[in-house]
Amino acid sequence: MSTIKLRAKESKGVVTVKALIKHPMETGQRKNKKTGEKIPAHFIQQVICKANNDEVITINWGPAVSKNPYLTFAYMGSKGDVVELTWEDNQGNKDSLQGEVK
Amino acid sequence: MNRRNFLKNSLMTAATITTFAGLMIKPKRLYAAWPKASFDITDLKDSINSVYGHNDLNESSEVMLKAPDIAENGAIVPLNVKTKLKNVESIMIFVENNPQPLSSGYNLSSKSVPVVGTRIKMGNTSKVIAAVKSNGKIYTASKEVKVTIGGCGG
Amino acid sequence: MQSYFHKFLLIILFINVTAFASPEEDQELFRDHFQNRFPNTEFSDYKNGVYSIDASSREQWESIEDFPPYELNIDQGEELFNEPFKNGNTYATCFENSGIAVRQNYPYFDESTNQVMTLELAINNCRKRNGEKPLSYYKGGPMADISAYMAYTSRGNKFDVQIPNSQEALDAYEAGKKLYFTKVGQLNFSCADCHVYQTGSKLRADIPSPGIGHSTHFPAYRSGAGRLVTLHERFAGCLNRVRAKPFRAQNEEYRNLEYFISYMSNGLEINGPGSRK
Repeated sequence: MSTIKLRAKESKGVVTVKALIKHPMETGQRKNKKTGEKIPAHFIQQVICKANNDEVITINWGPAVSKNPYLTFAYMGSKGDVVELTWEDNQGNKDSLQGEVK
Repeated sequence: MNRRNFLKNSLMTAATITTFAGLMIKPKRLYAAWPKASFDITDLKDSINSVYGHNDLNESSEVMLKAPDIAENGAIVPLNVKTKLKNVESIMIFVENNPQPLSSGYNLSSKSVPVVGTRIKMGNTSKVIAAVKSNGKIYTASKEVKVTIGGCGG
Repeated sequence: MQSYFHKFLLIILFINVTAFASPEEDQELFRDHFQNRFPNTEFSDYKNGVYSIDASSREQWESIEDFPPYELNIDQGEELFNEPFKNGNTYATCFENSGIAVRQNYPYFDESTNQVMTLELAINNCRKRNGEKPLSYYKGGPMADISAYMAYTSRGNKFDVQIPNSQEALDAYEAGKKLYFTKVGQLNFSCADCHVYQTGSKLRADIPSPGIGHSTHFPAYRSGAGRLVTLHERFAGCLNRVRAKPFRAQNEEYRNLEYFISYMSNGLEINGPGSRK
């Protein structure tokens, strides 16, 4: 199952992309209540979005972004564009999803 | 030239060499590396300086920051930034009283429409600053968001 | 003056014996209390809890609901719901209408066992009947995901909790009602203290939500917890807050309590899972 949910809608030449990503966004400051040890930092560092293979936005995130993060941005585009969103976290995990602009 | 410029130029040269060398061998990463240094800084002024190389901010009504007056819960504070300014290169969101003020940075392309939104964690009541880089200048809008702790809701 | 009158009526509601007041009459009294306290709130909006009575938190909540984190749980819940047990059966075989759009009928009074049957207990009973281990009601996980999916398929349907005309069913309802109005814990609060008498006021940094509409939107994705929370886990949380020892999820006391509060919410739309702080 993808970690990404994507919505992309065009209106008057502007495509608004909304994404929801399943991710703990652990800051590295929280402690495990039982052991007292810090839970290691585990958060998305970069999110890149392309439209029809052209890079549209590059996003850098820190651990202050909420758990199961939400993102929205916009670009000039058309219905039918193929939007591709990719994320990579500080532990080297990645995921990617493509969607069509409605 | 002073030491800072010398170092900056050396780094740039080194970067250029790396890039060229990198282009010969297929690069593993096409995008600029995650700016760890900026994300680690704990002081707001230093944080802004690390991103832009200076602290010359211009408050502008052309930058619109939407944030709640009182966050319902500090774990998920919805924020939205948009601007009417042209040629926007980037949008940065700083949270003054967070352990590391830089929360996120959005690097736009020529196709971008300058509007971004996300949800962030805030530990304390704090000024939230949205900074937009347009035509080389930095324009900002800020808002104080109150974060309350200690309810009956658990 | 009005509030004293209503407090009086509610005390009557609490102390009455089944002989001279019916659940229907209780429901009318209960509703009148809230409609008098919040004259500008439409009855149907009570499904939105505190957001039906507080504009500033409502705006943030609507922003989150535009693309809420629980959508990830609904997808997961759907997958889990459709996955067959080791014996080849599925959850669909345990429920009417294959388990789709049924949330509004729970809890119901099971006359064969003389106890209140909640949806989540039914999910675990289904697992038991099919040789599977029960799922935990705490800390999110698969139970909350499945419950969220089943709530989601029922969205828009109005709560239709039935109390059959038997002594056992009425006793269960009355037990739930009694717990609701009983002061417990070191802080000596009852559910009613916050959710009936003090709803709309500020209690430290919180505004207690109104007592009608509580179970329409569970399981709830709580921002602070960063995950789904089931209704009984929430009951336990509330009891912890007033420094009372909580009951175990899905045991008789909580099922009777859920029966009472859901009956009070009859006519309100199911809108789970919901985002909450």
